[in-house]
Amino acid sequence: MKKPGRVLGEMLENLFAKKATSNYPFTKAVVDARYRGRIAFESDKCIGCKMCVRACPSKAIEIPLSAEQPAAAPIPEGSAPVPAKKKFDCIMSLDRCIYCSQCVDVCPKKALISTTDFELAHTDRKLLRLHYK
Amino acid sequence: MTKMTIPLGPQHPALKEPVNFSLVLEGEQITGSTVNLGYNHRGIEKAAESRTYLQDIYLLERVCGICSHSHTTCYLTCVEEIAKAEVPERAKAIRTIVAELERIHSHLLWLGIAGYEMGFETLFMYSWRDREQVLDCLELVSGNRVHYAMNTIGGVRRDITPEQKTEILRRVSILEERTKYYIKLGTEEATVLARTQNVGLLPHDVAMNLGTIGPTGRASGIKCDVRKHEPYLLYGKLDFKEITHDTNDVFGRLVVRVLELVESYKIIRQVLNYLPDGPIAVKVPAKIGPGEATNRYEAPRGEDIHYVKANGTDKPERVKVRAPTMANYVAVPYMLNSGYLADAPMTIAAIDPCMSCTDRAMVYDTKKNKVRIYGWDDLRKLGIEHYKKRGVDFSKL
Repeated sequence: MKKPGRVLGEMLENLFAKKATSNYPFTKAVVDARYRGRIAFESDKCIGCKMCVRACPSKAIEIPLSAEQPAAAPIPEGSAPVPAKKKFDCIMSLDRCIYCSQCVDVCPKKALISTTDFELAHTDRKLLRLHYK
Repeated sequence: MTKMTIPLGPQHPALKEPVNFSLVLEGEQITGSTVNLGYNHRGIEKAAESRTYLQDIYLLERVCGICSHSHTTCYLTCVEEIAKAEVPERAKAIRTIVAELERIHSHLLWLGIAGYEMGFETLFMYSWRDREQVLDCLELVSGNRVHYAMNTIGGVRRDITPEQKTEILRRVSILEERTKYYIKLGTEEATVLARTQNVGLLPHDVAMNLGTIGPTGRASGIKCDVRKHEPYLLYGKLDFKEITHDTNDVFGRLVVRVLELVESYKIIRQVLNYLPDGPIAVKVPAKIGPGEATNRYEAPRGEDIHYVKANGTDKPERVKVRAPTMANYVAVPYMLNSGYLADAPMTIAAIDPCMSCTDRAMVYDTKKNKVRIYGWDDLRKLGIEHYKKRGVDFSKL
């Protein structure tokens, strides 16, 4: 590499090369479908076992009882009363979450889902506390 | 000439993380140096004791951003040894692939930083651009670019599909092509040679005495690759060379790292073509032990050692981490001495230091000018007093 003008070839090659950078945030960055992003919650699947709360390494999940509980299904006459299915909420603290998706792995009913959402920064601290109902 | 002592760090443009070097200068020449740690101590070992084995994986992953797979694999090998769990062959293969991808990522990152420190910023831009290829591979396999969270107790969390295999192989061949260019660049480019040759000299016998490990040790001719001498995962079955060099300087460390990249590509190809069928994880009970285990692991920066002591509960009684930089720090003052001040950033960067992985805390008494050493009982007494002032009494525990 001691030849003078040795950069010429390299320069010409890079002049016509594709850009290495992307125009983010104007063009959206593409992440893999298996990316571990924001955790979503489906309340109708949750049975309130709180396995996710116990597994979470950063204590980011809370599973409280919903404020509004569904009414008990009408019991047919003569049969034993069936307790109404309880409804649960999920409070996900984005500032605590480390996006390891361990909660998704331990959930027996697949009520927690890993999404590919990654733009989760906020200027307001309150917005970091997601309340799924 | 008068001697002058100047501090380098803890906050310094040449350092990526806080650490302090006290340099004694005679003109431009460094005649003495000491290293002071303790600016980034996070108490991870203590925190690990209050979490379950599963939660500790994610905690220990954060010991280091770059060697995240190394720390969890080393820790889990200990846990699996205590629990007497037999990890499936496929899980071992996937762990090996992620480990080698991590090594490529770490070495390319180092190459960029070395380029930056020597004032050759094109090299920095080039190698970091190429590093995106391997980061994409890691994202594809694990779901994240840095904290892969690939490991779980008894195996791995995600399988490698045939499509992923093809994609990894495609990206590895791009990287292989680029690495050939870096080998040419590193060994022929006048800028690189002028800034690295005979800088940060560490002769073989001194390196042996100071217990230098990893690429730093191998550049001084020490055969210290744990993958070769105490094979774990699949390394016993694989064909790869242990790279050593005999120039004992920063140039040697560069050559070792760049040639190790080539070996890593070779390993990834071999493992992807071998990839045995079967489950990717076995079930391990939450409560483990009692027992204890120590394991060694060749992280990109050198040998990583984890010690785990289990007491039959779901939480470890003790986790001890010896990150690779801890062993290499001892050699830095020797390398700095008799060098020039302008070479100090290059010499420090050449061991690929990771301050927060390795940090230790000490108590320094400014009145007596002495370092105080606390035993277990002293620390306990201190903790009880600390909480008593805040209204909690732990003395009966």
